[in-house]
Amino acid sequence: MSGDRVTKVLLFISSLTILLLSAGIVISLFGGALPAFREFGFRFIISSAWNPTAGSEEYGAMSFIAGTVITSILALIICIPMAFSTSLFIAEYYNGTRTSGILRSLVDLLAGIPSIVYGFWGFYALRPLMVATGLTDQGFGVFTASLVLAIMIVPYATSLSAEIISMVPAELKEAAYSLGATRREVIFSVVIPSARSGIIASFILALGRALGETMAVTMLIGNANVIPKGLFAPGNTMASVIANQFGEASGLKMSALIAIGLLLFLITALVNYLGKLIIKRFA
Amino acid sequence: MNNTPQSNNVLEIRDLSIAYEPGKNAVNGVTASVKRNSITAIMGPSGCGKSTLLRAMNRMHELYPNIRTKGDILLDGQSIFSMSVIELRRKVGMVFQRPNPFPNMTIYENVVAGFSLNDIRLKKSQRDEIVENALRNVTLWDEVKESLYRKGTFLSGGQQQRLCVARAIAFNPEVLLLDEPTSALDPIATSKIEDLLGELKKKYTLVLVTHNMSQAARISDDSMFMYLGELVESGRTGTLFTTPKDPRTEAYLTGKFG
Repeated sequence: MSGDRVTKVLLFISSLTILLLSAGIVISLFGGALPAFREFGFRFIISSAWNPTAGSEEYGAMSFIAGTVITSILALIICIPMAFSTSLFIAEYYNGTRTSGILRSLVDLLAGIPSIVYGFWGFYALRPLMVATGLTDQGFGVFTASLVLAIMIVPYATSLSAEIISMVPAELKEAAYSLGATRREVIFSVVIPSARSGIIASFILALGRALGETMAVTMLIGNANVIPKGLFAPGNTMASVIANQFGEASGLKMSALIAIGLLLFLITALVNYLGKLIIKRFA
Repeated sequence: MNNTPQSNNVLEIRDLSIAYEPGKNAVNGVTASVKRNSITAIMGPSGCGKSTLLRAMNRMHELYPNIRTKGDILLDGQSIFSMSVIELRRKVGMVFQRPNPFPNMTIYENVVAGFSLNDIRLKKSQRDEIVENALRNVTLWDEVKESLYRKGTFLSGGQQQRLCVARAIAFNPEVLLLDEPTSALDPIATSKIEDLLGELKKKYTLVLVTHNMSQAARISDDSMFMYLGELVESGRTGTLFTTPKDPRTEAYLTGKFG
């Protein structure tokens, strides 16, 4: 066989492996989730019941779907102003300076901190602060989790946005400057509009990460299997309930957890698809 | 225009040196002048500093903090370094090597971009007039009057470049700097731009950087020849092309280097 053919076959096998792996994951998720869907039908998605007592078992995913969506979106809302202004600072205002270099490395450093460490920090540093505000009794809850989640996704949104912003062609910026525009005017009328779809994409990517984040959220959200009653009330997310309960689960409960995993997978896929649609519309 | 008699020289460059890194001058001690309502061509081989010299005239180098400029440039007798940079850039417009209309703006918005970027509010009728005049001046009006509200990036390269000229003259500047404005264009688009420049010099003073000698010979009134950061020779284009004083100018004009 010629070298060309060997390469082609090797590449084909690698791609096929990826395809088979993802298909395998989806198939086993479906298989595992089937008993729960058979038992509860569509009600599994809209019900917020979670009763593992033998004999009167009933499971529904709504509390966790609500918890996941609320914490992720809240985290995104908190993340946007921080990440947006930081990326502008790094990639435009102070681009090429030592300050921006240091900040860039710090942002990358934040991205490298393990999730459990964020959870730890949230538990011992942030939670007491939340108690001190008087808004919550124990400091657990949706808001505490979202805050840590926001800090965790800021680095992703920031470094991707910064990348996009620094890709805006110098000649466009120079054109605006040559017309007498100030720096602020160049940034808001030329840089941001040109980078818009990329900036949106970076926030959608960050939302995707927030949806699936597990450990830090588990440690802070309070793990109450109900739809959260307010921003400072405890709740639970899809990823957290799986992490908390899979060890002791069996039978119908295990199937319910797998079904939640499948739903989480579908929601994340949907978010990514929506992100691509938005990018297409703006690009 | 004010009523005080103005000297024939719009721009006076005095002992100007520009360095991208300390100790290495990309432009070295250039002294020259640019006459009103004329086209002055700056020629020379790649890397000779011609674009660097041009970009000093609207203080473009200040966007890049590492670049050091020494010496002075006078616009109508006043040092450009003592003016507000915004005021300067409204008096000295610029057209770039590659057409660069703002991709997020329509043709109409591109022409008045100078006003909208500076938060200058105009009545719709004023804006319409500025757009039509500027586009007529660059002979683009008839080609785009039906599609003013389409994105400027839909136009051909030559049309985009004329749009960029329109954008630069919408402010009615005194001087127009052109940095190899036809190097990305085909011959037909190039000749349209060259004709346009011949018209524009009646109203504005043009400084044209070009690596294309025949272009300089065709359309410029005065020429400067730069080599390795130095202004080797300058004068009337006809004289410089037919009887160059410096052997380096002659070598360049006869294609020995560049």
